[in-house]
Amino acid sequence: MTDTIARPPVLRRARSARLEGTEVQRTLRHRLVRLAEAATTPLVPADYLDHVAPLRSGTDLRARIVDVHAETRDAATIVLKPGADWAGHVPGQYIRIGIDVDGVREWRAYSLTHGPRDDGLISITVKAVPDGKVSNHLVHAARPGTLVHLEQAAGDFVLDQSVTQLLFITAGSGVTPVIGMLRNLFPVTDSGVVDLPRSKDLDIVVVHVAPTEPESIFIDNLRELATHGAIRLVPRYDDQHGVLDVADLTDLVPDIAERTTYACGPGGLLDALTAHHEQAGLKIFTEQFRAGFVEAGDGGTLTVGGITVEADGATPLLDVAEAAGVLMPSGCRMGVCFGCVLSLKEGAVRDLRNGAITTADPISSANGGVPIQTCINAAAGACTIER
Amino acid sequence: MTTIQKKAVNPTAHLSAEDIETLGHELDAIRQEILDSRGAADAAYIRTVIKTQRGLEAGSRALLLFSIFPPAWIAGTTGLSIAKILENMEIGHNIMHGQWDWMRDPKIHSTTWEWDNASPSDQWKHGHNELHHTYTNVVGKDNDLGYGIMRVDEDQRWVPFYLGQPLWNFINACFFEYGIAAYDLELGKNLAIPKDKRSEDFKARAKQTLRKIRQQAAKDYLVHPALSIPTGSFVPTLAANFTANVVRNLWTHSVIMCGHFPEGVETFEKASIEGETRGEWYLRQMLGSANISGSAAMHMMTGNLSFQIEHHLYPDLPSNRYAEIAPKVKALFDKYELNYISAPLPKQVYSAWHKIVRLSLPNGWLAETTPANAPKQLAKLYKMTTGGPKVRRAIEARSRQEARRRAEAA
Repeated sequence: MTDTIARPPVLRRARSARLEGTEVQRTLRHRLVRLAEAATTPLVPADYLDHVAPLRSGTDLRARIVDVHAETRDAATIVLKPGADWAGHVPGQYIRIGIDVDGVREWRAYSLTHGPRDDGLISITVKAVPDGKVSNHLVHAARPGTLVHLEQAAGDFVLDQSVTQLLFITAGSGVTPVIGMLRNLFPVTDSGVVDLPRSKDLDIVVVHVAPTEPESIFIDNLRELATHGAIRLVPRYDDQHGVLDVADLTDLVPDIAERTTYACGPGGLLDALTAHHEQAGLKIFTEQFRAGFVEAGDGGTLTVGGITVEADGATPLLDVAEAAGVLMPSGCRMGVCFGCVLSLKEGAVRDLRNGAITTADPISSANGGVPIQTCINAAAGACTIER
Repeated sequence: MTTIQKKAVNPTAHLSAEDIETLGHELDAIRQEILDSRGAADAAYIRTVIKTQRGLEAGSRALLLFSIFPPAWIAGTTGLSIAKILENMEIGHNIMHGQWDWMRDPKIHSTTWEWDNASPSDQWKHGHNELHHTYTNVVGKDNDLGYGIMRVDEDQRWVPFYLGQPLWNFINACFFEYGIAAYDLELGKNLAIPKDKRSEDFKARAKQTLRKIRQQAAKDYLVHPALSIPTGSFVPTLAANFTANVVRNLWTHSVIMCGHFPEGVETFEKASIEGETRGEWYLRQMLGSANISGSAAMHMMTGNLSFQIEHHLYPDLPSNRYAEIAPKVKALFDKYELNYISAPLPKQVYSAWHKIVRLSLPNGWLAETTPANAPKQLAKLYKMTTGGPKVRRAIEARSRQEARRRAEAA
């Protein structure tokens, strides 16, 4: 803050006294915290407070589900009330959300589907993917009142404010970050789309790809914006138009060369688009939507403590690492004592006792990995363990 | 008790190697059933227990701020004792076993949990999970067998020191948390080493334990009593916290004694576990543990260690599921003609204490003593206590001879 007006001396004194006051308050606060910790050891005061006020300031970031409403047969918008320390977001960013599915904490990333809201709530729109443990849970089983774990918004897939001619290419649930951007630019109220001064010069085309029309999430919102003239909508349904060929883009959007492209969808489409735009010398920003999943194999490699070694599918990772000279924590070596637990950061492992597969997807890895017992798990692909 | 290998009739003699492997597979199948059905209801269970325990502890400690008033003292002390027992057993012990690691909740995980006990969780996990659970009831390997200070087996040579073991055991029961900390530190072994030769690892661990004890003691004997000063309740709160700790110690000690000490539980020789198969390991756990029968509340208060047999077979299965698998495990005991030991708490506590008293005396002494021969027996005990090793061996040999003659005559 800049303040060039000279203050009368009296006021300055008063201000410095206030500052000392806060210094005392800080010390007092610090002492009270120390006392509370001494009274609750080996736990911390938060362990008790979290049971009554899980969304308060100063604790792990969480959110409570306040509403779940269906968008299509297999997609739903989850409205969340974030904890007091939620720092806000820019449309197009995503959040990591941790939710317990069948009692197991699972972390996934979803785009926020709106700009900052007056009521302080945030929302994500989730499409249930086949065999998707978390997406199916969120769409079909999540209930208002459920507490979820959260991380601050992240991601660089946000609009460059200086650009006015835009092309959005979205495929499947890749529409969600784009919907977030559009809702921020053109808020939709009960009385229709609102024209904001900041959006009046924008010229937007949305190429929206979906398998079929009924499976197209947010299509109603896109149509409403198109009817209002806020965007030009180019829907492409695989069953009607065939799978999109990037070479056809020039026909669909003749002025593509004047536009900055924002694309979000599966990896294959993004790779093709990036190649196409690079060749044509066009600007493109992309966001891959689904995290890559690990295919479990039989045996593979183990990376631990800075080395990578071959690991067959029948030898416990603990033995493999020790044979390679890595100092590993260990205990009973039979799956009983949990003295050997380390974090699986990447890859898949197989429990030698029952064949159960544990995988570490990129999102769990970013959250510290998946703890595994190294003495009864063998490699099921290339795995990385944090020592 | 004598190790299974030295017994006249080995209770596993009727089982072939194939039987033991089949038994192992059948036990694996029970384990798999629970793994396959583990889910949201189990997660809700442990979270409810934790929440209830914390509410009970906070409420009891709040009451104790007014502990100068006897009703507040009684209710607060009772509540705090129960809260401490739940925290150590159903919550701490079981979480540190990794029973809830599958939830992937970093706050309820064996690698992060710290408990309300003198022994730091890392050291306890080593002493308990690795040594006790792997070498269950193997004489010389399992420190839980007598904690290194007691005679728990007829084959251990009797010396007069053992006469005091009922007393040591009682003192250990009252201050059990410190006893656990001491043997997790292997204090006896390490203190015998000259100070300058003790390992760095031991010194670091000892420092860690002392720090934990200091924090624990400051909480119960300084901070909470001090917070009670406004109502003049410093001393009553201190007394209440001490009482709750002793109640918790006596209770946990009793439950743990019932797990492996009652008559009928087998012990094993060191050499017998070399090259042990998974089936044989299971069999040793089956024979080396005893259950406590009782109500659901009793099981909860023992942290489901009342299902000691099931817990030793499956130490990492969620404790709330032991009750449901117990009948299936019992059926396997019956099928393979093994002895499933289960009895109410008072009976098991008596049985364990009886064994401690019996083994504090020379072999056979307690059984041979009748009101009629008491003076003669006492004289013999006096001679064995005051005489040297030679005197003891001579008397022991004579006793064995007399016992043999009596057996032949009968």
